[in-house]
Amino acid sequence: MKILKKTFDKMRPHFEEGGRLHSFKSVYDGFDTFLFTPTTTSTSGTHIHDAIDSKRTMIIVVMALMPCLLFGMYNVGYQNHLACGMTTFPFWQLFFYGFLAVLPKIAVSYLVGLGIEFIVAQWRNEEIQEGFLVTGILIPMICPIGTPLWMIAVATAFSVIFVKEVFGGTGYNIFNVALVTRAFLFFAYPSSMSGDQPFIARDTILGLGGNVADSFSGATPLGEVAAMAGTDASMHLTAINGATLSNWDLFFGLIPGSVGETSTLCILIGAAILLLAGIASWRIILSVFAGGAVMSLIAHLTATATYPASFLSVEQQLCLGGFAFAAVFMATDPVTAARTNTGKYIYGFLVGVIAILIRTYNNGYPEGAMLAVLLMNAFAPLIDYCVVQCNIRRRMNRAKVNA
Amino acid sequence: MSITLHIKKGLDLNIIGRPEGDPASAPYITPKTIALIPDDFPGLTLKPVVKEGDSVKGGQAVLADKRHPEIVLTSPAGGKIKAIVRGERRKLLRIEITPDASATSFNIPLTASADAGGVKSALQSSGLWSMIRQRPYDIVAEPDKEPRDIYISTLDTAPLAGNFDAGLAKNSDLLEAGVAALQKLTKGKVYVARREGSPIPDIKGAEMVNVGGPHPSGNPGVIIANTHPVNKGETVWTMDGLTLLRIGQLLSQNILSFETTIALTGSEVENPGYIKTVIGADIESITTGRIVKTGEHKRFISGNVFTGDNVGPDGYLRNPYRQITVIPEGDDVTEFMGWASISPKKMSVSRSFPGHFLHKLFNPDARLLGGRRAIIMSGEYDKVVPMDIMTEYLVKAILSRNIEQMEALGIYEIAPEDVAVAEYVCTSKMPLQSIIREGLEYLRKELE
Repeated sequence: MKILKKTFDKMRPHFEEGGRLHSFKSVYDGFDTFLFTPTTTSTSGTHIHDAIDSKRTMIIVVMALMPCLLFGMYNVGYQNHLACGMTTFPFWQLFFYGFLAVLPKIAVSYLVGLGIEFIVAQWRNEEIQEGFLVTGILIPMICPIGTPLWMIAVATAFSVIFVKEVFGGTGYNIFNVALVTRAFLFFAYPSSMSGDQPFIARDTILGLGGNVADSFSGATPLGEVAAMAGTDASMHLTAINGATLSNWDLFFGLIPGSVGETSTLCILIGAAILLLAGIASWRIILSVFAGGAVMSLIAHLTATATYPASFLSVEQQLCLGGFAFAAVFMATDPVTAARTNTGKYIYGFLVGVIAILIRTYNNGYPEGAMLAVLLMNAFAPLIDYCVVQCNIRRRMNRAKVNA
Repeated sequence: MSITLHIKKGLDLNIIGRPEGDPASAPYITPKTIALIPDDFPGLTLKPVVKEGDSVKGGQAVLADKRHPEIVLTSPAGGKIKAIVRGERRKLLRIEITPDASATSFNIPLTASADAGGVKSALQSSGLWSMIRQRPYDIVAEPDKEPRDIYISTLDTAPLAGNFDAGLAKNSDLLEAGVAALQKLTKGKVYVARREGSPIPDIKGAEMVNVGGPHPSGNPGVIIANTHPVNKGETVWTMDGLTLLRIGQLLSQNILSFETTIALTGSEVENPGYIKTVIGADIESITTGRIVKTGEHKRFISGNVFTGDNVGPDGYLRNPYRQITVIPEGDDVTEFMGWASISPKKMSVSRSFPGHFLHKLFNPDARLLGGRRAIIMSGEYDKVVPMDIMTEYLVKAILSRNIEQMEALGIYEIAPEDVAVAEYVCTSKMPLQSIIREGLEYLRKELE
């Protein structure tokens, strides 16, 4: 370690004002502070500071995403094998297939996103901010496995520049950067992002897996449901090979869907990590599930054949699609969510309600979690405004009583 | 009549270096130099009324306020004016006095009457007035505004702070005299806050407040906010127990004393304990021979780790602190990937650090332990600010210099010290105390 530290200290003068490599100072600082805790000491206010910093906060979120990501990789392999009609499912082969399918997407998202972050940080003469560490891993996890790499690159660049950097960087954005990436893909390239094609990996990779016929439908359960519109809905969910899916299958998550969102079990493990570490707000997670449950129940009680998704039970609604993933990892983004404690309950509840509302009463668009979170991102400042106004009014009334 | 407050929000830090022993039997240290520092008296513009080389008696005026010349700072001891130190643009930094005698209490025959005007002029001419603060603005009390109430906090809940309850309890007759005098200055109540289970008896004429809970529960601002919050246009005075005792002593016995018992604390102090000395004493006299001998850089703080001043080994005991804390500076530490650490030595409110779950004492240094960022996490401040104030929104209003919003969000109720714990826990390492101070200064300048 000492040698490494010395090397870094020796290099420092080159990056300072007037040095040859001054235009890479942010990058140098980024690596230096990543490897060694900065020795900057307090110059005003409190003399000691808590050991928590934004690097640790972000890394814990990344760690909480790991169960979903690893399971997602396995599931990508599993769905491919299932689609090819294979009958044996060797664990490591499936996992490696998925690993190889997902890894390039993670690499592209990080390369593009961090590249832009580095440039902007240097341009603004700031330290590199850690926000993209989380966004970069979220992006491949909320996209269908069939999304082409170049689309991910374009969408990531769009979203980092126009959703984050133009507002001032991490901490100032209004919308969740990862979700805007997905929304951009959805609206710019709808044919590659929805339907029954993109949710399963269709080609062999390095001799692993199999080629899936183009005509083979890899529809997600929600896609299937949406396609039942108008028919006499005998709600019966099937896997891509036609086998019936039980609620436990939906919970464990060996179903087609975006890479990270299928396994409710892994999402709950992630939620446990976030809540134990005190990073995510339990108020938001709880109220998203509550809102979703209430809306699903209302839909279920008034089920009609026009909207087949209304036949889904509450458990199915909460386990299916990106709902749980959005509740735990998307709605809880502290920057774009409501920031007041009371506001968090309202924000979370409405995210849950709207997600199920869109999903159920719009057959053309079988998933609602993404739009629900984005919509509530826009309303979060308004909710907070009302809560803050309550505090202000309380103070004014107090003054009046005394006067 | 007494009120009981159980403060729930806040944070008590478990750090090494708690003061041991009995403050009453603390050794007396005569300082080599005493300094009066104008920066410790926000709101006053102090001009020297003595020259270098002058001889001064204890209790003699040394500095006077420009706007209210009757408000003075007096010499804590008899001696010679050693130096009048000025900085950039001739800003007065401090007046240094070489004390020539060890006497720390002086007989001041009071000629004034015992009515409100008399009490006021006695406090002003003795220098005790400068130790009274007011809300709003957290400045030295303005003489032309009558306070709605007066709050005295006898407890200091800051990390490693000393417990001076026994000394105050022993002199409850002086506290009573002090309360009687202050009562003449306000139509409202005089509140005296004491920690739950404190030996300080009920004081005649005062509304007693029993305070329990973690820091900052002992801050006058927190006690005010939880009993009778400050509204726009109101003024409330605050002071500590020792100031009340001095006021009582001056007005009932005609004795002015600047002796103080302080706690010498922190991990870098050998045998942390209590010391008697004079206000403004130099740190060197107090700490020589009492500091752990290691090569590490050290930080000498006059006050506690939350709100104190980094004064260095050649600094002075600053107003209003009764504590000196010495901790490692930390700028000579090489730590590999500290953000990923699972070391139990890391002190944090975050449950992601194993140390959070251990009942042990920590030895934090002065590093920020992270880079400064925009505010990212929400709700962090609310957990440790026990006032009905939305700290994050107030801070944002101050940063955008929005006066209307600052007023609406309660800037008149707050002092920098009240957000110190929030500054400590902040993931983004926001300098909250200086932001609040800037906001208060800005508001005062704009509204006057």
